[in-house]
Amino acid sequence: MVEDFSSEHPGGDVSPSQYKSEVRNLSFYYGSFSALKNINMMLHEKKVTALIGPSGCGKSTFLRCFNRMHDLYPGNRYMGDIILHPDNVNILSRSVDPIEVRMRISMVFQKPNPFPKSIYENVAYGLRVRGVRRRAILDEKVEDALRGAALWDEVKDRLHQLAYNLSGGQQQRLCIARALATDPEILLFDEPTSALDPIATASIEELIADLKDKVTILIVTHNMQQAARVSDYTAYMYLGEVIEFGVTDTIFIKPKNKQTEDYITGRFG
Amino acid sequence: MSDARNLREIRAIIARHKLGDMIFLVTGLLVLMIAVLTFIALFSHMLIDGLPRLSWDFFTSFPSRRPGSAGILSAWVGTTLVMIVTAAAAVPLGIGAGIYLEEYAPKNILTEIIEINVTNLAGVPSIIYGLLALSLFVHQLGFGQSILSAGLALALLILPIVIVATREAIRAIPVTIREGAYALGATKWQTVSDHLLPYSAAGILTGIIIGLARAIGETAPIITIGALTFIAFLPPSPFKEEFPYISFEWLMAPFTVMPIQMFNWVSRPEEAFQVNAAAAGLVLVVMTLTMNALAIYLRYRMRKNLKW
Repeated sequence: MVEDFSSEHPGGDVSPSQYKSEVRNLSFYYGSFSALKNINMMLHEKKVTALIGPSGCGKSTFLRCFNRMHDLYPGNRYMGDIILHPDNVNILSRSVDPIEVRMRISMVFQKPNPFPKSIYENVAYGLRVRGVRRRAILDEKVEDALRGAALWDEVKDRLHQLAYNLSGGQQQRLCIARALATDPEILLFDEPTSALDPIATASIEELIADLKDKVTILIVTHNMQQAARVSDYTAYMYLGEVIEFGVTDTIFIKPKNKQTEDYITGRFG
Repeated sequence: MSDARNLREIRAIIARHKLGDMIFLVTGLLVLMIAVLTFIALFSHMLIDGLPRLSWDFFTSFPSRRPGSAGILSAWVGTTLVMIVTAAAAVPLGIGAGIYLEEYAPKNILTEIIEINVTNLAGVPSIIYGLLALSLFVHQLGFGQSILSAGLALALLILPIVIVATREAIRAIPVTIREGAYALGATKWQTVSDHLLPYSAAGILTGIIIGLARAIGETAPIITIGALTFIAFLPPSPFKEEFPYISFEWLMAPFTVMPIQMFNWVSRPEEAFQVNAAAAGLVLVVMTLTMNALAIYLRYRMRKNLKW
């Protein structure tokens, strides 16, 4: 059951220009398996939107539509639109190159996945892919990104050491810096703290709160407290559908839907 | 009381199972010993026979009718040159094919057939490659009984080894690394050249060296092509005094290689030539073992930085 959010949800009265992205009638198929069913929602500009729901509900699948990650594997099919503002381009369209989409929308993965290169080269890689060669520009952008990911002070003296020498939490912040270095319009997080200890998790959450001033964030999390702590908007997903979407406080305090309430209160899922 | 009985039963069961462990351990050690001791026996036999014969002259002399003054100069130079041709042909082709099959090829029946064939090629008897090379390189393409023909024949022989090693090394890279590169907007080729190739270099290199170590001892295909068994001259030098300073005439030169030199000496009746054969065999085994050791060392060195 999908609501017509433009009239229903509390953010509905904002003008469309405040949406960074609109998802319209999105369905997704792995071969013949329908993993996402007719999803409609929007991402608010410079806000954090969280996707919650039980495992297998399709939240990661949905997230990976935003950077066309599914294009890497055969047999996957999208239907519907994900419109990116301000230029109104449907990033799922066949005429849009997935590489172009990935250059505009960055992603941070579940497990920290730094390349077996130096800290510097990890952060610089996205810029190198874009053809940046000037050392001065690279140095500056790498420093900015590392500062943005609250990692600069810890690594500034060992930028040319291997990224694997960092701790798990530092590696994940390095991956965030890597994603930030290219000034993305949207930053996708796929359960970014599920492989981290509580202290590292707290530092990543703090970072997400800081980052939303600069970039629109979409985060998948299996941890409801985390969604409540970091997000402005929350979507509850179940079996490939968005059951309820709205302001996080409303979803957690007064969900409209019985299923959402059951999940949030722990009676299910 | 039933507790005590249970305990006794459990101990009996454990003792029985441990006996099974013991039997396997002893059998395994025995089998291992047979393999290792056979190698040690062969090697030490060769060592005892051949080592006294090794001298500087042995490496710098051409073969001769007099066993005392015969050497392996033309053989080791021939082997080195053939290996250069083999590597130059097999490495780019093998790595290219491996990357294509692993990263670019669409998964369909055609590529599946190609994959099965590549794997099966590794099991084709080497003399078949010799026949193929004889008709294709020697006659059809007119390369003659040359270093070029021999190098290309051995390249065909080790191509499957390089392809399989490349594919396995690439496949060992976690999918998260690959996705990380793509997520930053890298193209397929950027992902391959910036990430997959450097991270799989150790595995690929190991495959190449193991392939070359196999090629260096191959005799059958070289004989089929028609390598000479008695060569008392060296191929033309690849370096020249005048422009362009480099010459490829050596590619077309007749040649001999280490195993053929050995074969030639073994088939002589005189005892002294048997000693020469043992000495040449010793050199060949040391060459092979050195290459394998190099492969192990490189793998260790290069994998130290890859932790995932």
